[in-house]
Amino acid sequence: MTSPEYTYPEGAAAFPHRGLVSIAGLAPHEIWFLLDEAEQWVQLNRNAQKHREVLSGLTIINAFFENSTRTLLSFEIAGKRLGADVVNMAVATSSVKKGETLIDTAMTLNAMHADAIVIRHASSGAVRLIAGKVDCPVLNAGDGQHEHPTQALLDALTIRHAKRAFNGLRVTICGDILHSRVARSNILCLTSLGADVRVCAPPALMPADIERMNVAVFHDFDAALKGADVVMMLRLQMERMQGQFIPSPREYRHLYGLSLDRLEKAEPDALVMHPGPMNRGVEIDSNVADLVGRSQITTQVEMGVAIRMACLDVLTRRARKLEGWS
Amino acid sequence: MSLHAPLTVTGGRLLLPDGTIIPGAIRCEGGFIVALGGGVSPQPGDEVHDAAGKLVTPGLVDIGVFEIDKPAFHFGGVTRAALMPDQNPPLDVPARVRFAAQSGKPDFWVHPLAAATKELEGRSLAEIALMRDAGARAVATGRRWIGDSGTMLRLLQYAGMLGLVVIAHAEDAGLVGNAVATAGEMATRLGLPNAPAEAEALALARDIVLAELAGAAIHFRKVTTAAGLDLVRRAKDRGLKVTAGVSPAYFMLSDLAMAEFRTFAHLSPPLRSEVDRKAVIAAIADGTIDVIASCHDPRGPEDKRLPFADSAPGMAGAETLLPLTLNLVRDGVIPIGRAFDLLAANPARLLGVNAGRLAVGTEADIAVIDPERPWIVDSDKMAASAGNTPFDKQPVQGRVLALFKGGVLVRAKKPRRT
Repeated sequence: MTSPEYTYPEGAAAFPHRGLVSIAGLAPHEIWFLLDEAEQWVQLNRNAQKHREVLSGLTIINAFFENSTRTLLSFEIAGKRLGADVVNMAVATSSVKKGETLIDTAMTLNAMHADAIVIRHASSGAVRLIAGKVDCPVLNAGDGQHEHPTQALLDALTIRHAKRAFNGLRVTICGDILHSRVARSNILCLTSLGADVRVCAPPALMPADIERMNVAVFHDFDAALKGADVVMMLRLQMERMQGQFIPSPREYRHLYGLSLDRLEKAEPDALVMHPGPMNRGVEIDSNVADLVGRSQITTQVEMGVAIRMACLDVLTRRARKLEGWS
Repeated sequence: MSLHAPLTVTGGRLLLPDGTIIPGAIRCEGGFIVALGGGVSPQPGDEVHDAAGKLVTPGLVDIGVFEIDKPAFHFGGVTRAALMPDQNPPLDVPARVRFAAQSGKPDFWVHPLAAATKELEGRSLAEIALMRDAGARAVATGRRWIGDSGTMLRLLQYAGMLGLVVIAHAEDAGLVGNAVATAGEMATRLGLPNAPAEAEALALARDIVLAELAGAAIHFRKVTTAAGLDLVRRAKDRGLKVTAGVSPAYFMLSDLAMAEFRTFAHLSPPLRSEVDRKAVIAAIADGTIDVIASCHDPRGPEDKRLPFADSAPGMAGAETLLPLTLNLVRDGVIPIGRAFDLLAANPARLLGVNAGRLAVGTEADIAVIDPERPWIVDSDKMAASAGNTPFDKQPVQGRVLALFKGGVLVRAKKPRRT
């Protein structure tokens, strides 16, 4: 996709939001602006020398109240490549374990004059709650089953690099939709950009009234794959399940695992995506996950760093008094 | 014997038990209403309160509150409240019931609800007869449903024998799990743990069957769904001793109020769909619902300033109970007499107390009300011990001008003496 599909105004009007708490509330051109901003960092990250002193002197705190490896690493690398002082707050050693409330923790981080706070939390809405109490931009790195906006943006950037247009693009999202913040953010982002989104899961893992989010609902994976341009697989979030939702992983794979045979139901050039971590042999077979030219899974990780660099850059422009942003 | 002088409230418009309104006075002596009507006038030595043409009604009787929060109740015109057993520690032994029963006097009466089961755990029956004789007016299952059908049947049989109504919470625990919202678009968009609204009908269906089997009286504290109200309606048609309550949140709000994770709209049961909200209004109009209660549960920031699913459910409702119910009168859903049946007479009957209506021989719990007076709910300036109301900044109409408990003024300007 080379020709711009959306135009946006100059300066701060292109992205007037203080933080990035959700995809909900973003206009299509604002999403597009962030994707465009990320392109320069995609290029930079492919160089041997990949450091720019854009955010030098700024402090970014990654406050992860829920375990994370890849997202935390991605945000940390993004901040460091832009020259910021990046600090990670590990929950295991924090006073959160000693009973301090979320708000008190947020106030403490705020008092340390962070210039941006990146938050992951196990409860839906936790990031919005903190964003309302601190002075600096807040970036949502995943809140409960609500949203994971940078994941949706990096997925959109990945798709944009491989496909011609979003308009009419058929995207099938299959897996544990019920417990997935990735699914919610992706649905909002992709439908906003004009894609036709299908969601596929057994009824127990499908959220109520999800069709109200402008998606088509499928329980039959083969039917959901037919004609798909992008297949996005999600893992089973066993840690969030209260009670039994599926009889066994083996049974789940039988109905919803992406095998080479199944993939043939989709378009011949359909992309295979997965936000990770993957459970190979459950929702996705190894030979599909590693399918050269089709699997975008490592590209997604690459785009993740670029998108997070773009978000950190854009959201701190006001504080850095960039021309047109102060 | 009361130490207070007799009281006469003059110049009011009296709301009588049959719903008619007559100009006149009420005279109270020894804590009871001794005369009322057009021909009544103060006797020498009486305290006199001039109602100045305003509406004179019974004090409200509020079934199922979680805290005795006198300033809020007095503001809202509530003179008696039935206290839920969900206290810390729970009201599951006679001594705690006896203490709770005295805790509001003299200007507010607390009617403790005995815990149905020990520790409210839903397994073994508590000492209900001893608690009754210590002052418990009914039995309550607490915030939760009793999952074990055998336990629930024995509870209903036992409470029925003792002449106590069982006040039940109707949400099937298996369906509800850790849900904090009703399944639907709003819960899906917010990513909140949710359960289908049918969890209520499922619980109601079982409990109605068991109540019929036991021949016992059961009151469902909050019935909030169209399907649940249908079950109650049919049970009543068949002559069962089934009654239902609701709080104003369920006829004023739908689950849209949870937008932006507003924890003040985190209630139990959770707010429902617009269809269910309208069904609640229809059920109030057709008599399926017998009681409107505040479910007063003041919660400070330590319980509410949290992520939605981690916050405590409940709202401070005592101050808004009357004005929000009067909305139904202004909208033509019910006449004013029926509003006070829902707020006072019916709950008093359920608790078996001699109050809730203006009649000679009843206890002199009296409110002077301006049903039209406008004011704005402000969560920062509530009389309640916490301001957790989903109605913050909403304009409402209806204000208590004076409140009397047992013929003694507890709120308003000092009356003059003749």
